[in-house]
Amino acid sequence: MKRRNLPPALVAPSMIAGIVIVAFVFFVACFPQVFTKFDPLEVNTKARMLAPSAGHPFGTDNYGRDIFSRVVYGTAIDLKIGIFGMMIPLVTGTLIGLVSGYYGGVLDSILMRVIDIFMAFPFTILVIAIMTILGPGIQNVFIALWLVGWVDYAKLVRGDTLAVKNAEYVQAAKVAGFSDRRILLRHIMPNVISSSIVFATSDIVLCMLTGASMSFLGLGVQLPTPEWGAIMNEGRAYISYGWWITFFPGLVMAVTGIGFSMIGDSFADLIRTKRI
Amino acid sequence: MNQLNYIIKRILQIIPVLFLTTVLIFLMIHLIPGDPARLMLGEKATDSAVAALREKMGLNEPLTTQYFTYLKGLLTFDLGTSITYQRPVSQMLLERIPVTLSLTLLSTLLSLLISFPLGYLAGIHKDGPGDQIVRGSALVAIAMPSFWVALLLMLLFSVHLRWLPAGGWGSTPLQHLQGLILPALTQAIATSAILIRNIRNSVVEISVMDYVDFARSKGISERTVRDNHILRNTLISTVTLLSMRIAYMLGGSVILETIYSLPGIGKLMVDSIFGRDYVVVQALVFLFAFLVLVINLLTDILYSVLDPRVRF
Repeated sequence: MKRRNLPPALVAPSMIAGIVIVAFVFFVACFPQVFTKFDPLEVNTKARMLAPSAGHPFGTDNYGRDIFSRVVYGTAIDLKIGIFGMMIPLVTGTLIGLVSGYYGGVLDSILMRVIDIFMAFPFTILVIAIMTILGPGIQNVFIALWLVGWVDYAKLVRGDTLAVKNAEYVQAAKVAGFSDRRILLRHIMPNVISSSIVFATSDIVLCMLTGASMSFLGLGVQLPTPEWGAIMNEGRAYISYGWWITFFPGLVMAVTGIGFSMIGDSFADLIRTKRI
Repeated sequence: MNQLNYIIKRILQIIPVLFLTTVLIFLMIHLIPGDPARLMLGEKATDSAVAALREKMGLNEPLTTQYFTYLKGLLTFDLGTSITYQRPVSQMLLERIPVTLSLTLLSTLLSLLISFPLGYLAGIHKDGPGDQIVRGSALVAIAMPSFWVALLLMLLFSVHLRWLPAGGWGSTPLQHLQGLILPALTQAIATSAILIRNIRNSVVEISVMDYVDFARSKGISERTVRDNHILRNTLISTVTLLSMRIAYMLGGSVILETIYSLPGIGKLMVDSIFGRDYVVVQALVFLFAFLVLVINLLTDILYSVLDPRVRF
């Protein structure tokens, strides 16, 4: 059988490009004031609906606010949604999957039914339904993502745990008298975590897109806080004569997503080549 | 016969899940902080109006009684009355389902039309220039927010080129189709990007399988090997992913119908959330779950037809 031959040298360029993009986005999120002298909330009636120019590279909106500085200052929120929207479910989902796959029995059957129910709803609808209960707002976007996101991780980890739980090294650890906790966290987890981590990199993009969609629908970040989805929502009404309000935040968002995807894809290739 | 048994078994498996989703959706309205009747009527409503609505919605009954009334309503397709429209919810859903289903169907067809040829060719010519371009485009397409793509398509095809309407459903089948093209294309761009990656990778994996080598060494023509051995097996691995994406696209209708002003169940969902018309929201959440379960059922049946090894 022919080997999947992606030598690390070929993998590296896209990995490096991804890391550069993501690192830059992190830098912008941490130090927005370095990049723009405009206040993202400052209204300037003399500078309404200006097309992109040297002074306002992304143009201005109907209130004369500088879109570039709104996008720059919005970076932190979108990045937070992506990272924290992914992180908590990664931890809870992995633990749930580990415990459920390892112990099996009634606990596992209950978990499988719960997963069935979650899978019965389209992702966006489930998030929106939770947002309806909790009410609009950025903190509720996080809660909704946390309530929904763990399912995929639990499914992945549970499956892998089932596959390794009777492996010799697990048996050996049991015979050695190690506690269940130690076996789960020290012996099984390192062997089942890789698919979760690969999924997590694409999950960051999914969380960012979902968070922005909620703001776009008016359920997430509330005006006038700058957030990419919310800025695009504001630009919607002016799409025919102020395309820049919508275009640039989306472009920045897409590039950020591409950065994360590049890291994720390279990582997945790396793990795949290591396995063969 | 075997197949029929399998299908019946699958249908029976859906019932407990459907039952549990009804419990969850029923509880939804009670989880909202505050009095649902008060929230639905707004701050200005008189106490007697709120009391009357509470009575009408059965909110004064014990929870179990309320649940059984709700379940009975679902089974008889009596989903209550919309506060905003003062009409039976079931009637509103029936009017709007065709819009969303046609959007999802057209999106699916477009996705297949785009992803199969591209993913297949990229996989056959692995690492060639075509493969690189296709993979690069897929990477970009996955990262783009759907509402952004929707607005850009609208800007290009409706505002500048004036080829297609910027929204609306129209009144003739041709106008319906014109109204659906851009939102369907938006959904198809994201979905085909995901499908392309899967198709491409499975073509690459299958091409080096022993049974493909064996078929070639038997002297079977390259075309037959590709059609019967590679393509068919690729199809099988794509079906599950496609069904998950169809479910996702149903949810995406919420955003696209809002942007393109299509009178489907997605737009109704957004309108009802902002109008605090919780009876409608509740009915819609159930409808979405029901549609996903039906799609999953159809997928499993299709799967068992495509892959004769599947027998449970």
